Amino acid sequence: MSTLSAAARLPRLDDAGRVAFHRVLLSEWTKLRSVRSTAWSLAVGFLLTIAFPVVFAFVTASHWGSMSPQERAGRSPLDIALAGVNVAQLAVAVLGVLLISAEYSTGSIRSTFTAVPTRLPVLWAKLLDYAVISFVLMVPAVLVSFFASQAILDRHHILQIGFTQPGVARSVLGGAEYVMLVGVFALAIGAIVRNTAGGIAAFAAIFFVLPPLMNILPTSWNNAISQYLPSDAGRQLFALHHAAHTLTPLAGGLLFAGYCAAAIAIAAILLVRRDV
Amino acid sequence: MIEAVDLTKDYGPKRAVDGLTFTVQPGVVTGFLGPNGSGKSTTMRLILGLDAPTRGDVTVNGRHYREHPAPLREVGALLEARSVHTGRSAYNHLLALAQTHGIPKRRVLELIDLVGLHDVARKRSGQFSLGMGQRLGIAQALLGDPKTVMLDEPVNGLDPEGIRWIRNLLKGLAAEGRTVFVSSHLMSEMALTADHLIVIGRGRLIADTSVDDFVARASQKVVLVRSPELERLRAELAGPGVSFVALDRGALEVHGLTAEQIGDAAAQAGVPLHELTPQQASLEEAFMHLTRDELEFAAEPAEVAAA
Repeated sequence: MSTLSAAARLPRLDDAGRVAFHRVLLSEWTKLRSVRSTAWSLAVGFLLTIAFPVVFAFVTASHWGSMSPQERAGRSPLDIALAGVNVAQLAVAVLGVLLISAEYSTGSIRSTFTAVPTRLPVLWAKLLDYAVISFVLMVPAVLVSFFASQAILDRHHILQIGFTQPGVARSVLGGAEYVMLVGVFALAIGAIVRNTAGGIAAFAAIFFVLPPLMNILPTSWNNAISQYLPSDAGRQLFALHHAAHTLTPLAGGLLFAGYCAAAIAIAAILLVRRDV
Repeated sequence: MIEAVDLTKDYGPKRAVDGLTFTVQPGVVTGFLGPNGSGKSTTMRLILGLDAPTRGDVTVNGRHYREHPAPLREVGALLEARSVHTGRSAYNHLLALAQTHGIPKRRVLELIDLVGLHDVARKRSGQFSLGMGQRLGIAQALLGDPKTVMLDEPVNGLDPEGIRWIRNLLKGLAAEGRTVFVSSHLMSEMALTADHLIVIGRGRLIADTSVDDFVARASQKVVLVRSPELERLRAELAGPGVSFVALDRGALEVHGLTAEQIGDAAAQAGVPLHELTPQQASLEEAFMHLTRDELEFAAEPAEVAAA
């Protein structure tokens, strides 16, 4: 460790301003980029989004000859192209929870709220920074996965679909929108729970436990209710055709965004009211 | 200036801070003293608005901390509990805080140099020793060139060089007219640093006084007297409420009279005095005396002795 400055006098500071949202946004961006978990989680999310469709396309292409007509009918080019989204969402969700829960576990939230004691700008800045970075990253990921899986399938002249065909571009970009909203939802959950393990568990419960649990219900109930779950509603964003007992892409997307808004509202109220 | 009025905080059934009313004045170093668990850190969290008071109010430089447009310019705080993300470097930690106020990067570097963290500023702060973490916290507190500096146990984990450095720094900051509010459970440290003391125990105010008055108040009236005619002096002074402890040859400890009273009595009786010394309790003893009944953990005398 280097030695202390001999003169124990504090130099004056002339140029400093007030707390402003664009400054908090920059501050949260600095925080986001300056921990390793960010790069790791986003890299994993990015690579999985591409890797799954590529593998899926290879397997489908190589086994196409031995597949039954039913099996072939069950394969859809867009399902293959967006197969990674369901896995990537987990990495993005974990990071979303961590972005706020780690502030509580390490105690840095006290520093954060000492600098921005009104607190809410911190939540808005985290959400905005994270939404932008995850969307900006996921858009090329889903585009690459779409065109890469199509290129692999094209060599066997199977399952071709054009990007400009109705609904295709919307679905592909919908995959990126979905992952972005999942990150936002997870961040809000993290802000509510304030604990990494608890936040990830809460997210997993809502997205991975609740849907299969619905199968316990009588089929008619299940069909009526399941489409309104956050996961099922959100998934319509990247579904090409809307089947029976599912919402339209627009309705599903809006409902999922509504769930995100509700989680954010709860997080915001608790953030202002609770002691740190 | 920090002004607390009837400041009270409950955590569930436990009252951590109980009706504290005090004012921390600019221009002097004010020590905030109390045994461990007496509510010092809670009080500081209330001042910063991290926790909301159950009752009462506290303002900094005339406003609630939350209402200041540039809070880091008003109060620079070092909190006792760790408040740095262990995966982030000292530089990035300070930079993120600076950016909320538009404070430039060179100020961050300036503070890193000031506290001597230059060589480790890019390392993850989770690898820091206690002393390095403490220096980072001090850099954070001073980042905004604040009017009020509030430090919770700043000498914890610092080496003797660091302790002397922070002592001089605090005195310098007070001399510049800033408000300096420093908590400690170490009486001896406060004796060297503070001008004024706010003493609490079990969340309640015990004393709000200058360091000198604090000692005087806590000292019993004890005077050391040396005289060749000790027996005659003893007879002159004897009375209700007065007792004596004989020390080595020619010396006597008189309890219950002031030095003035003893000197006058000796002069009237024509008894020569070779020494007349009021025995001051040390700050440590004064602290122990005042907080004896307020100790949170009466069953742990070892901890008290360490203070």
